[in-house]
Amino acid sequence: MDTRREPIIEFKGVSKSFGDRNILDRIDFSIYEGEVTTLIGLSGTGKSVTLKHIIGMLKPDEGQILFRGKPIDRMSKSEWNAYIGQISYMFQNNALFDSMTVFENVALPLKYTTKLKKKEIEQKAMARIEQTELTEVADKYPSEISGGMQKRAALARALVTDPNIVLFDEPTTGQDPIRKNAILSMVADYQKRFGFTALLISHEIPDVYFISNRILALYDRKIVFQGTPEDFEAFDHPFRQELISSLENLGQELTGLYSRRQFKVRYQSDLSQRQADASYAAAVFAIDDLDAIADTLGHDAAQQIIRALGSYINKHFGAVGGFSSRQTINEYATVLPYSDIEEAERIMENFTRDFKEHGIQDYAGLEIIEIPAEGDRPTTFPEGRIQFSVLAGLAQGKPQIEIESVMEFARFNQKEIARFECARGGKA
Amino acid sequence: MADDSTAPASAGAEALRPAKSVVSAFFDFFGLKTIQLNNDLGALAIFFFRSFFMIFRIKAIPEILQQIYFIGARSVQIVVLVGFFTGMVLGLQLYHVLVKFGSVGVLGTAISLTLIREMGPVLAAIMITARAGSAMTAEIGIQRISEQIDALTTMRIDPLGFLISPRIAAAIISFPILTAFFDLIGIIGAWVSACLLLGVNSGSYFYRVVASTQMEDIRGGFIKAIVFGLLIVTICCFQGFFTHMRTDSYGAKSVSLSTTSAVVISCVMILISDYVVTSFLL
Repeated sequence: MDTRREPIIEFKGVSKSFGDRNILDRIDFSIYEGEVTTLIGLSGTGKSVTLKHIIGMLKPDEGQILFRGKPIDRMSKSEWNAYIGQISYMFQNNALFDSMTVFENVALPLKYTTKLKKKEIEQKAMARIEQTELTEVADKYPSEISGGMQKRAALARALVTDPNIVLFDEPTTGQDPIRKNAILSMVADYQKRFGFTALLISHEIPDVYFISNRILALYDRKIVFQGTPEDFEAFDHPFRQELISSLENLGQELTGLYSRRQFKVRYQSDLSQRQADASYAAAVFAIDDLDAIADTLGHDAAQQIIRALGSYINKHFGAVGGFSSRQTINEYATVLPYSDIEEAERIMENFTRDFKEHGIQDYAGLEIIEIPAEGDRPTTFPEGRIQFSVLAGLAQGKPQIEIESVMEFARFNQKEIARFECARGGKA
Repeated sequence: MADDSTAPASAGAEALRPAKSVVSAFFDFFGLKTIQLNNDLGALAIFFFRSFFMIFRIKAIPEILQQIYFIGARSVQIVVLVGFFTGMVLGLQLYHVLVKFGSVGVLGTAISLTLIREMGPVLAAIMITARAGSAMTAEIGIQRISEQIDALTTMRIDPLGFLISPRIAAAIISFPILTAFFDLIGIIGAWVSACLLLGVNSGSYFYRVVASTQMEDIRGGFIKAIVFGLLIVTICCFQGFFTHMRTDSYGAKSVSLSTTSAVVISCVMILISDYVVTSFLL
């Protein structure tokens, strides 16, 4: 626990039982202002119950929940209203009103909890609808739009009151892998843009690591871990065997990419058997300015592009004995354990040529074409059109050198290997 | 193993417990039921009063209008249809009874008083329960199990004010109007069967209808309609609102059971309250 900072929300010895069934057993944890905190745990272990305590939908049998140091059960009515007015809750199944249109759903909290005029409500609701890319379906009912759009509508409704704290109850449930990442990226994007404190329940491991400042692990009715994602990757506990490894393995099966933890394990096991003077190559790939792609073409498109890069890296370098992992939201790392830097450069040249031709295909209403990487990339584009670059850097490492240092060199050596122009509706 | 080791202990405890007499079992059962009934009635009363006092808000007006359309305007067809045939049957039956005594002249009186005082409010209320009451329970029940009501709470919108109050206000307005429709169409239905089909004099029939109907009869009918409206809406909304608290079922099944319970309880309460209100009015 971070003792230097004052938590915005703190659970102190909170217990909750339903009948004879104990769900939470004296749990303690802290949530800090302006951070994304992710609560992970097995199904049915009380994650949603924990969230519902914060918003007052459930009351603890024992213990206290503090908001800026003040117990919420001892708040006066005005203090409670001020507290609850700062929080939005996004339900697991969205909880959109099915008899209202998307616009009406988003405008609902403003209509009933503020004194804004009709025009102002319309403007605010439409602004959120536009930000969540729902303009075309604003007058449709939730049953008429896709699951991903419903999620975004719920997100727009949660954000329309400009909350300080947003609680997300499994926002990615029931979504395909692209949409899952798109939703997580959207959460991270909005959190950066609006600066709210987010508490998220998610099973998207390792993807949640990229957007979370802190991880909380709920296991066997207790919080068994709270700390940074980096610390969590080194966390040794039965919880990991039960949940994390299975999810990581599943992710690996689906994408072929290693998790960061598995990447390190493979690195250590492969390189520890090599002689001290043996060398290997590492490459770090990135998409330049992923946020701009998300802003222009949407989070789905941005995720599709980053996944296409990951999939191509894995296929190409896996064929020559390399192994790869996603390191951050827009970065991949590859280790070629049996290649020196010259050979790695040749492999990279082949990769660049193939990737330009086949790496990123057109996707759902988007036309993506490769363009020559000459001169500086323009910074302004017509609406609905953007250019982006794929960067790659190589570095040579030795078994005794930490992989992080080698990757830092590779980042330093990064240069543009391909440039693409992407537009909606085939305008590229 | 754990079960084996605890079995003798629990068997011993069972043996030590005194056997329940039939009398104590009887009081246990009815005592528990009485406490449950008491709790339910208390909860129902709180539910009603909290919702009722939230009617008087400007923001509720659009919702109230919407509910008047749903409960009132959309129920007109069924009320008219049932009212017409009820009137026709009444006309037919009463004609055959009264003709034996040579009193066909009072047919208009019998029809109007039966419909305005009793059959109009009761049958209209039962019809509205079947059409709108069941739909209310199902709609609110689904909103409950799909967490839409919880979402309102998290948005600081009072679910009672948002969902229940407009329905109560709409019932207060719609039920008397629908009852009036029922009465009017029933009188016309009886005229069709008695005058057009069986040859009773139309002038005599309508003269009796107008002459025998007092303002007190109409007022009594409207009071009953309002009482039935409040009862039906409160019971139906209560069943839907607390559908998740049912212990006999979960999810969609609990919504279906709540809807059935709402209709049955509403119909029974219409008949019980009809007797109570009538005894006060007479």
